[in-house]
This record gives sequence, C-alpha cells and structure tokens, in this order.
Amino acid sequence: MTSAVSFQKVSRHFGSVRAVDAVDLDIVPGEFFAMLGPSGSGKTTCLRLIAGFEQPTSGSISIFGERAEGVPPYRRNVNTVFQDYALFPHLSVLDNVAYGLMVKGVGKPERQKAAEEALSLVRLPGYGARRPGQLSGGQRQRVALARALVNQPKVLLLDEPLGALDLKLRENMQEELKSLQKALGITFVFVTHDQGEALSMADRVAVFNDGKIMQIGTPEDIYQRPRTRFVADFVGSSNVLPPDFVERYSGQRRWGSLRPESIRVGRGAGGEGVAARLVSTNYLGATTKLALDADGLRLHAIVPAGTALPVEGEAVVLTFNREHLHLMDEPA
Amino acid sequence: MSLDAAMPRATAPAILPGSGGLRGALSDLFWRKPRVLLLLMLLPPVLWLGIVYIGSLFALLAQSFFSIDEYSGLINRQFTLKTYGDLFQAANLDIILRTVTMAALVTLASAIVAFPIAYYAARYARGRWKALFYLGIMLPLWSSYLVKIYAWKLILAKEGILTWLFGKLHLQWLIDAWLSLPIVGGNSLSVSFTGTFIVFVYVWLPFMILPVQAALERVPGNLVEASSDLGASPGQTFRNVLFPLALPGIVAGSIFTFSLTLGDYIIPQIIGTSRLFIGQAVYSQQGTAGNIPLAAAFTVVPIVIMGFYLWGAKRMGAFDAL
Repeated sequence: MTSAVSFQKVSRHFGSVRAVDAVDLDIVPGEFFAMLGPSGSGKTTCLRLIAGFEQPTSGSISIFGERAEGVPPYRRNVNTVFQDYALFPHLSVLDNVAYGLMVKGVGKPERQKAAEEALSLVRLPGYGARRPGQLSGGQRQRVALARALVNQPKVLLLDEPLGALDLKLRENMQEELKSLQKALGITFVFVTHDQGEALSMADRVAVFNDGKIMQIGTPEDIYQRPRTRFVADFVGSSNVLPPDFVERYSGQRRWGSLRPESIRVGRGAGGEGVAARLVSTNYLGATTKLALDADGLRLHAIVPAGTALPVEGEAVVLTFNREHLHLMDEPA
Repeated sequence: MSLDAAMPRATAPAILPGSGGLRGALSDLFWRKPRVLLLLMLLPPVLWLGIVYIGSLFALLAQSFFSIDEYSGLINRQFTLKTYGDLFQAANLDIILRTVTMAALVTLASAIVAFPIAYYAARYARGRWKALFYLGIMLPLWSSYLVKIYAWKLILAKEGILTWLFGKLHLQWLIDAWLSLPIVGGNSLSVSFTGTFIVFVYVWLPFMILPVQAALERVPGNLVEASSDLGASPGQTFRNVLFPLALPGIVAGSIFTFSLTLGDYIIPQIIGTSRLFIGQAVYSQQGTAGNIPLAAAFTVVPIVIMGFYLWGAKRMGAFDAL
C-alpha cells in the first residue's frame, strides 16, 4: 500500500541550524498520526514540508506516491489547520469556509451549500454570516477546521490546533477531532508538544528531538517501552534509571525506565526494596505525586488519592514489580 | 532569619501615607477624576483647532456665498449662489475637470508604484534594510519642496538629464513621439502635463507608501500561507487577501495624494503648461483678480470632491478591514 506521506532522508536546514535532519517517515492512509516533541524539535517544520511552505534541503517527500518537492502549496491536495487559525478577518465565516472552493472556481450557490454543510459538521450551523472577530477561540478553531475539511483533502495537517484553548474545551475538542477523523477516514497529521494529547488521540506517535525522530510507535509502545532516555523523560515523565541501578535489579547494565505509577511507597526504614526519603508531595486531585530521594537518585511516584502518606522528610521503602522495569536500547 | 531582622520596624513605611503637598494633592485629584486631566490636556489643542483652524476655514467658506460687483470690483456682502454658478462656466469647469483627472491619475500611479515598495518593506525588509527603507522614503521629505521641483525642471528640460540619457540610449525618438501626442505632449517634458504628472507622483509618493506599508505590516503572514494552502495561486491570494486587507492603507494614502494634488498650485506653475489647475485658479482669483468670493468657491470644490470620495470609499467597503 502507498503511504499517505513518505519522507526519505529529508533534511531542512536554515543556515547552520538543522531544523529537520535526515528524517525517514511513513504515514499510513487513514491513520491519526501525531508528531510530538518540545518546541524547536522540528515537528512543525516537518508539517510545513508536507504542506509545501518549506522545501527540503535534501531528501525526497512523496504524498500518496507522488513526488512533492518543488510543488507549491496551492497545487497540493493537503490542507492545514493553523495554530492561530489564520482566518481571513475581512470575510464572513461562510466566505472563509468557502474560500478554497471559491479559488477553485466552484459556483456561488454550490460552494455556499458545501460551506454550510462543513459548518454543520463542526457543529456551527447558522454561524455563516458572522465575522471571525465575533467568535470565541473554540468557535474559530472549528471554523478553521471546516475551512480545511470543505476541500476534502487527502491529508489534513493540524499545527497545535488546541494550544490556545482552555483545558475543558481542549478535552472536548480532542474527542471531537478523534471521532471526526474516524467518521471521515481522512489521514490526520497532528503536531503537538502535549504528550497527553498525542497519546490519547493518535494511532501512532513520532517523538521528535533536535530535528530527528527518536521513536515511532503506538501510544502504548511509546509510553511503556521508550527506547531512549529522552523519550522516557518527555513522554509522561518516566523515572530514568542509571545503568548501575538497573544492573542491581535486572542483571543487565543498561539505562532503564520506571513509570511513576509502578512504584509502591511503603512507610518505615529497612526491609526489601529501595531505601528513600520523601522530599515533597504534590496533590493532583485523583492522584498525588511524590518526589523521592533514593541515595542521591531523584525519583517520582504517583499514588492514588486516599493513600495514607508519609510526612515530608520521612524515610520510606520503594518497591516495584521487576517486569515494570523497562530496559532501554540506549547504550550505557 | 526572621522578618523583623530583615526589615527593621523603625523604617517600616506607613500603610496609608499622606498626599504630601500641592503636587501630591493634584496627582490624587487626577487619579480620582481622570476626566479632569483629559479636559486640561485637550483644551489648548481643541481651542486652537476650533477657533484658529476651523474658524478661519469657515470665514473663507462664508466668502464663497458673497459675490463681486463686476464694475466696481467691490465685494457685495449679500447671500447669493451666483459665485457657485460661475464655477460652471466652461473655462472654470475645464480647470476643475483637469485638476480632478490629474489627481485621479496621480493617485492611481502612486498606488501602483507604492504597493511593491510597501510590500517589500512590510514582508521582507528587516533590521538595517528596514532602516534604509524609512530613510529612503523620508529623506526627500526633509529637503525643500521648491528645491525638488526645480531639480525636476532641470531633469525634464529639453537640454536636461533625461533627454541626454535617452539620447545616449538612442531612444530620443521615444520622447519625441510621446511629446507629439495631443494633451500629454508639448515642447518638452518640463512644459507638458506629462512632466506635471511625473513630478506630482514623485512628490506625493511617500504619503502613499507609508500608510500602505503600515496596512500590510498588520496582515499576519500566515493569512498568505492559509490562502495558498487552500489552493489560491499567488495572483488569487493578492486579489482576495492582500489587496482587500491593504485597501484601508491605500485609501488613506490616496486621501493624501488626491487632496494634495487637488490643492497644489506650485508644481503646475513651475512644471507644466499654461493651463490652470484649481490651486492656481484660487491663487490668481484672490490675488491679481481680487475676486475673493470666486477663490473661496474654488476652494470648496476639493472639499466637496473629497467628501464624495470618502463616502464612496466607505460604501465600497474600503474601511471594512480596519
């Protein structure tokens, strides 16, 4: 099967900065693909390479099997939902949504009907006459989505589309985007720096750092079996364990990772397990996050709310199941 | 360390210290009643504008409703529309039509020349290049208007630089052919409407570039990307996004170029034909002819035209993107 988007050794350099550095990537048609990474990791540049706003310095990009280098953005059947929506302030909502069809020469009644339908799809029917300036952030977000979807793109690119929304709205939009993607069957490529968002929405996640892809896999893969210290730390702030420590419990001298929720905290000193001292507690509602100091090694544990907690400074014993200790590929 | 030790009690500030003197009391008054401060600040300029500026303008306009006694040359201070009727005499109508056509052409040409420069400055110029842009635009405004116009007379004269340059390029025939055309032609560029037009565009161009650049600067770059992303070619993006969003700037610039051309009397005097423009007509009517009512009526013409122009621009939605 042809990939929806395929990168072969794609690089994009800005002067001496390697924004994207020899990236290989295959996005399967119809999947929800997330690009996750800290700011400046090259994920947005990758998105812009797919959209056509950037051209690769080297390497080749193909979209549904067709070579895309040198093809301008307006000749690609790919649409983008921009981070700050980029709605046209001088056009009504309906004209914004119909814009793509208008420039393609679709007649007025036809394109307005399609725009109305797209607005219904994003649950904003009847908003067509308003100006973008009269809408709330969440509504603008939906208009931007409708404006892209009305063109029936083969690939929809979303550049941190939920970044400007407040938490509650963001959670709602996450669910809506996910179900919309399922219903339409369009390939979604989603850029985010929020690991929770990437894990909850995507079929597959690519973790970026320094212009390179650190790991590609399902959310479970990425979360449970990080390959490098960076991935373990960035995705869900896992405890990264040094080779000395890991050797004691697994017999192998490798870097390891241990999820904070896999650590059990027992009160009192002595007994089986890792001796540690409680540094501070951080109440998070459903859970409580504990910062621990195990002989100089800083660890985090997450315990469910309602657990009897030791006081700060108290000596504790940490235990965990051996199978939860994940050994990473990164050499010691 | 205790807080007491860090901040000795003896120097602790009072919670609500007094206002302290007249200045303090005045500051407090302005803080409590911000409108008083606003009133004090606005009073002098409003008086200046209201009495000196608008007042003298109205005094002038009132003159246009008087008439002149054709035998004695004295002003008859009785309300009449006769002077306005005089504007519609063929010779005067010619002057108005000539001026409005020139102003419209100058505005159009300024917009066309200004847009790419403004676009470059707003989108691409950074740092040193931007400073150079502002310097290049503003520098001609620092030198005397008269000096610039006389410089252009030398450039456009029959023995001038332009003729010399075209001669060197073996393109003399081009100037000759253009000058042999009716209306725009003449003996040399410096005594033709073409020359007047060129100098008008040169002198008013900065007033078009700056507002267009300011308007383009406010257009977020991602709107251009969004348009392209949605399938618009660069030409379509210009027509549907850039131009409508730059339009308030173009209209603002055109108010300058249009009204300044309508009122100017020096450029057509020095570079151009012997046919009058409105400014020259006002000058000669209130000066040598001593017909102040007609001069006043002539000055009303640009004001009325600008009123219609702004009304039309608003109706066409030129200010929608503001």
